Amino acid sequence: MKRDSRIGAWLAIAFGTLYFLVPLAATFLFSLKMRRDALSFDAYRVVLTDPQFQATFGYSALMACLTIVSGMLLVAPTAWWIHLKLPRMKGVIEFITLLPLVIPAIVIVFGYLHLFNSSSFLPLTASERSTDLLLVASYVTLSLPYLYRSIDTGLRAVDVRGLTEAAQSLGAGWAGILFKVILPNIRSALLSGAFLTFAVVIGEFTMASLLNRPAFGPYLQLMGANRAYEPSALAIIAFLVTWGSMGLINVFARNRGGIRCPGSQSS
Amino acid sequence: MAYLDIHQLNKQFGATSVVQDFGMNIRQGEFVTLLGPSGCGKSTVLRMVAGFETPTSGAIHIDGMDMTSVSPRKRGVGIVFQNYALFPNMTVQQNIAFGLKVRRCTDSEIRRKVGEMIELVELAGKERFFPHELSGGQRQRVALARALVVEPRVLLLDEPLSALDERIRKSLREQLRDIQRRLGLTTIFVTHDQEEAMTMSDRIFVMNKGHIEQQGSPEDLYTRPATEFVARFIGNYNLLGTQESHALLGIPVTGHLAIRPESIRIFPHDSGEPGGISGTIRHYQLLGSVIRYRVDCGDIALHVDTLNRNAADLLNAGSAVRLHIEREDVREVS
Repeated sequence: MKRDSRIGAWLAIAFGTLYFLVPLAATFLFSLKMRRDALSFDAYRVVLTDPQFQATFGYSALMACLTIVSGMLLVAPTAWWIHLKLPRMKGVIEFITLLPLVIPAIVIVFGYLHLFNSSSFLPLTASERSTDLLLVASYVTLSLPYLYRSIDTGLRAVDVRGLTEAAQSLGAGWAGILFKVILPNIRSALLSGAFLTFAVVIGEFTMASLLNRPAFGPYLQLMGANRAYEPSALAIIAFLVTWGSMGLINVFARNRGGIRCPGSQSS
Repeated sequence: MAYLDIHQLNKQFGATSVVQDFGMNIRQGEFVTLLGPSGCGKSTVLRMVAGFETPTSGAIHIDGMDMTSVSPRKRGVGIVFQNYALFPNMTVQQNIAFGLKVRRCTDSEIRRKVGEMIELVELAGKERFFPHELSGGQRQRVALARALVVEPRVLLLDEPLSALDERIRKSLREQLRDIQRRLGLTTIFVTHDQEEAMTMSDRIFVMNKGHIEQQGSPEDLYTRPATEFVARFIGNYNLLGTQESHALLGIPVTGHLAIRPESIRIFPHDSGEPGGISGTIRHYQLLGSVIRYRVDCGDIALHVDTLNRNAADLLNAGSAVRLHIEREDVREVS
């Protein structure tokens, strides 16, 4: 009985692995076939030297960083306040942060275009810079589920109320408590939220495309529609970036707490 | 005028009243304990003095200034929590320096004051350790140093010893009291442990269901409990109801009679000691220097404590005994 269930589990794992790895391996193999009769990294060379690639990837990376910073500034104090003063609101906030997963990006972006078009009360789409602003705002919305969840998990692991009250009675103000006490203690949660956000934003297509910004997602789509080998190379690169982010989450999640110099005495 | 004056304090959470008409006056340098079972409102009082909770009504004055609705950071009240609440991302030194940094003290001043504190709480050599590398007792001493370094006007201790093991608790208790005396700190200590309260306090306020049941010096409370609750909570008093009092001692009372177990003298039945109340030993507990007998006198069970002087004097379960209770050792409580 027990043996059977174990075999079943192994079969499921094997099937899942094949389902995941075979297309990946095929894509990788195909990306190496640009030169006739030989395997080469030519497709990668073409892609990486393409100024369009560099421009769009750089743009998306910048957008991702702005998203991370503004998302953190929005979510971290909110989650902290909820933990401290309004624990009964936890469910409501959780629901709100989940909405971007339920409402398709295209619906959100059409809503934005309707609200902020060039003839509206706040014409954000009138210039490129203000459209970038709108794009970052929409990315913050998209990353809410990931940011809130990771920060919330981080806060659950520390004595938020005790630390806040201790700092308060020592004379610290709200900003001081947030930046000196709360955030340093949920560092690994912040980092994992940041990497998840980066992975989400770097490949995002809908928002950037409909707001007509030169991001990496639309570039991927353009290449896919017009070239043969390069899209496979790009897919592998995008995959590596995402998995690199995930790997970094694990690295930072493991290094929790204080790190001491080796050689100093311990208790 | 009292240094810390709490007047007619009330606190309600929704419909439930947690603290009712709580009042106390504390002199400068006094060590006062709020003693009571969990849920009696003692921690809520402390949190209102610290400023973490706003009273529903009433007033708190420190040194003549109205503090009732002042923000916690401006009260000059230091607090030590049961679970330490040390900042995990900072070393011992940084934890203690936190309050000084917030006050923008100069680096040399911070170094001097933190050094003094580390010496005071005997943590020299641990400056660069993180909280998770310290034992519970060490952590609580860091928390104490962190609260004291900013020279608070009032020190609040919220069950600071309850998370520690017995041996550390006793030594830290003495150290805490010693530091408090040396610095002349006005202190409110919250605990549910009557032994802690008795050994440390100048004055004890026994709390029950949100109000003060009785207040006084430890000797006062121990020898003269006013209510049945205090008698139960403070000593291990034998409490007799109306009928039991009459049956056992022939004393008519409306409330309860309280008799301290150590005031009852116990003799073997055949010792030739005349008079007294006959009973049988049900069982006994060896509490170290004290032996606590449980004696059945008819339907009434009494606890009797005797000094454990000599193993040969130990009376076994089932022995017939006589108990002598002096009238002046019997206290009527409401």
